[in-house]
Amino acid sequence: MSARAQRLLELADDELILGWRDSEWTGIAPTLEEDVAFSSIAQNEIGHARALYELAATELGTDADALAFDRQPDEYRCAQLVELRLMDWAHTIARRYLYEEADRVRLEALKAGDDAELAGLAAKIDREETYHRLHAEMWAGRLRDEPRFRSAIEELWPYALAVVDEGQRAELARRTGLSVDSTQTVQRGQHTPELAELWNEMTEVRRSAPGATW
Amino acid sequence: MDARTEEFLAYVQDGGQAESTDWLPDEYRQKLVKFIEMHGNSELMGVLPEREWILRAPTLQRKLALTAKVQDEVGHAQLIYRVAEDLGKPRDQMLADLISGKAKFHNVFHYPTKTWGDVGVIAWLVDAAAIISQKALLKCSYAPYARIMKKICWEESFHILHGRDVILALVTGTDMQRELVQEALDRWWGPLMQFHGNPIPREEDPMYIWRIKSQGNEEARQQFLEGYVPQIRELGLTVPDPNLRRGDDGVWTYSEPDWDELRSVVTGHGPRSQERLAFRARFLEQEKWVRDTLLAA
Amino acid sequence: MVFEVFRQEKKGQPFTHAGSVVAPDAAFADAWAREQYGRRGESEALWLVPRDAVHQVTEWADEFDLKYRRVDGYSIKERLRIARERAGTTPA
Repeated sequence: MSARAQRLLELADDELILGWRDSEWTGIAPTLEEDVAFSSIAQNEIGHARALYELAATELGTDADALAFDRQPDEYRCAQLVELRLMDWAHTIARRYLYEEADRVRLEALKAGDDAELAGLAAKIDREETYHRLHAEMWAGRLRDEPRFRSAIEELWPYALAVVDEGQRAELARRTGLSVDSTQTVQRGQHTPELAELWNEMTEVRRSAPGATW
Repeated sequence: MDARTEEFLAYVQDGGQAESTDWLPDEYRQKLVKFIEMHGNSELMGVLPEREWILRAPTLQRKLALTAKVQDEVGHAQLIYRVAEDLGKPRDQMLADLISGKAKFHNVFHYPTKTWGDVGVIAWLVDAAAIISQKALLKCSYAPYARIMKKICWEESFHILHGRDVILALVTGTDMQRELVQEALDRWWGPLMQFHGNPIPREEDPMYIWRIKSQGNEEARQQFLEGYVPQIRELGLTVPDPNLRRGDDGVWTYSEPDWDELRSVVTGHGPRSQERLAFRARFLEQEKWVRDTLLAA
Repeated sequence: MVFEVFRQEKKGQPFTHAGSVVAPDAAFADAWAREQYGRRGESEALWLVPRDAVHQVTEWADEFDLKYRRVDGYSIKERLRIARERAGTTPA
């Protein structure tokens, strides 16, 4: 697998798994209005994943659904940040906020990179992420003084650092105002047991009829 | 009935509509709030059986479509509750009454979902049954409610198409996939036939008398059968009622729905009633601090 | 706070009332209304207005004949007929 395909899968897997986690809030978000808005964010993330998988699929000779669902858990290249099951609002918003900051750093690098196709897709994704960022910043502003939010940010920060490449971490730390203490970083490439659990549920129907059309 | 109320009744029976700032008879307002509240509760509770399948959707497209559908249901709950809020009932009171069982939600959302076949059957047939009732509400005598029904009906039409698409993929798939649909249909047919309520003549139905609904329960059920039995049968599926028959006069006859089951389910004794209410209560309680934070300056 | 939502479906069309959202401030109202009324790309634009800022007018003085301000206050048929007769002309 080329470095490009690996990079695409990293990005796509992050968006897929985070979108999957975010879609767990459908129907049970703190207010109905927020429920509707948050669901759009989850759908956008799945949409980004789909576009990224499609790029990778042409190179790998497969299709987006096969990449999204038919690999084994240890073949996914997502960062641990997105795997965590965080069914409380403080952690959920903390993750959204940190992920958006990390993603912005990462997308800026891709937009400026040599790979025109990927740069184009990164720009498209970035334009949609503008609204995700507004949403995350709006909530982070509201919850800023909440102890449970602050402790969630501290707890998730080492995971967030691992979303970006080593060379981008100083920039991420600068933007969030948090310290770049890499000794605590949870590296990409290893997975929590939560990913396997998520994968079981995510692929349950699909595995019941391999190769079938749904 | 006092003169002012009689005048209002004549006005709505003649096709007149009322706004939120108009004088409304107490009896009308009470019945209206109860009806609207039950509708909002149903949209909100309907999310719970379906959201599990978002997580298990077997393709990216289905995941997106199902998430969007369920998002719409939450959006409908928001639209509907807003109407009831403007009639004077606060949202947190409606949610508390839902949890305590004081307020009700429609029968179909008290049942379990077991397979991906249920996903198709719900989106196609349960939403179809609902859209028939909702189209009849487009002419509701209470204008704010009638107006939101336009957006709701428009969005429900996507749901039915999505549902039919899911079903078609299954019935043109493997034998196992096809069987998922028939098996789900076998389980959902009873609740579907109960959905529109017992066949009280519309002249005796307070909801029709006040023109909150513009059709009776049996009219709605007949429309559902007329529209959807042919669609079910053309796929080679069997409707699990041997007595289902269309007369020469166009009227469908069928096995008597189990009205005891309907009554029991709607009063909170359905297979999933308490579990779902508890789930909703858990998250409402857990995230109360968020709502309090939003309310603080 | 309740924010009333006005929606423009296509460029050039009027904004019509579409519903309302409950939000703590304008930023939340923006984030929430745009999804409730635009997630399908069905709206060209939205106006969000705090309900308090909306002033309703429903009562009108209806004492005197105002038909002179309207088209139905004029009936020219008969005079036109006479004028044509005098001029010996037929209708244009």
